[in-house]
Amino acid sequence: MSRQSNRTTDSKKMNSELFTLTYGALVTQLCKDYENDEEVNKQLDKMGYNIGVRLIEDFLARSSVGRCQDFRETADVIAKVAFKMYLGITPSVTNWSPAGDEFSLILESNPLVDFVELPDNHSTLVYSNLLCGVLRGALEMVQMAVDVKFAQDSLRGDNVTEIRMKFIKRIEENLPAGDE
Amino acid sequence: MAIFSVYVVNKAGGLIYQFDNYVPRAEAEKTFSYPLDLVLKIHDEKVVVSFGQRDGIRGMSSVATSSGVFRILLFAIGSQLSPEVGSSGIEMLETDMFKLHCFQTLTGIKFIVLADPRQSGIDALLRKIYEIYSDFALKNPFYSLEMPIRCELFDQNLKGALEIAEKAGNFGPGS
Repeated sequence: MSRQSNRTTDSKKMNSELFTLTYGALVTQLCKDYENDEEVNKQLDKMGYNIGVRLIEDFLARSSVGRCQDFRETADVIAKVAFKMYLGITPSVTNWSPAGDEFSLILESNPLVDFVELPDNHSTLVYSNLLCGVLRGALEMVQMAVDVKFAQDSLRGDNVTEIRMKFIKRIEENLPAGDE
Repeated sequence: MAIFSVYVVNKAGGLIYQFDNYVPRAEAEKTFSYPLDLVLKIHDEKVVVSFGQRDGIRGMSSVATSSGVFRILLFAIGSQLSPEVGSSGIEMLETDMFKLHCFQTLTGIKFIVLADPRQSGIDALLRKIYEIYSDFALKNPFYSLEMPIRCELFDQNLKGALEIAEKAGNFGPGS
C-alpha cells in the first residue's frame, strides 16, 4: 500500500551522527578518488548543485514561502527558514555590500563538521563546499544566479565559518508566465 | 469519481505526468486543436467558458491532453484575456461540466487538476500533490528533472491523496 508520509518531526528524526559520518565518508572517498583538493571542491559543489535543484521544491512545498521581493528578503528566508529547516541552525546575515547585492552568512556551528579536523595535506580543501552548491542550485531554480563561496572556514583556522553570497543576475529565459 | 484528471507540466511546457480518472460518457465527441473556438467571457473575476450549442455539445466532458494545447490554453490565452495587468495565467477555469484548477510553483512546475464543479478542497489537494512530487519524484535519485514521471510511489501516493480529497474534501494537519 502507499506509504503514508509522516511529516511530524519525531518520526523523521535521523541521528545527526549518522549524517556527519555519511558526509565524512563522502568527502574522504572523493579525496581518495581525485587526490586533488581543487577537484574535490568542484565535485562537492556539483553534488551540492544537484541536491539544491531538488531541495528547493521540497522547501517551497513545505514552507509555503512566497516569492521574495528583493535580495535582502532572500537572505532572511535562507538564514531563518531554510537553514533552520534543514540543518537546525540559524546563521546570521551580515556584511551587506553597499549595492545590496552581496552578503555573508555567519555560521556559529556547522553540523557537517562535527568532530572533523583537517590534516595539513588537505589545507585547500573546502570541506563543506556541498553547501555552496546547494544554495547555488536552489536559487537557480527560482531564477536567481548567485555566486556562493566560503570566505572563512573554522576548519582552516578562522574563528567563524562565513559563506559569502553574491547576486549575479535574474535568469530570464524560463521565467514562469506572468513574472517580469 | 469527482476528480477527473491530474496533470503535471514542466518548465518548458511539456506534460510530464498524466492521470485520468474519468471515463467520458460521450454523447457527442469533438476534437479541438489550437486555436480553440471557444466563447469566453469574463464573469466577476473569473474567466467562464460558455459554449454555444454547437453540434449538440453543450459542455466539455473530456479535454485533449496534448501538452501544446495545455500550455497555450492556460498561459497565453489566460494572460491576454485577463483584465488585470501582469496576470500569471489561468488559476481556475469553470464550466458546467468541470472545474480546472492550476497551481504554478515558483520554479515553473504546473499542477493541473480537473474536477467536478462541486468538488471542494482542490487548493489543498494541489499543495498536497506538490508535496508528493517533492517527495516521491524529486527524492528519487533516478528520476531526472523535467522528464516524464515514472515513479511507482508517486502514482500510489497521488491516488491515495485523490481518494482522501474526494471523500473528505480537505486535508487535516500532519497528513
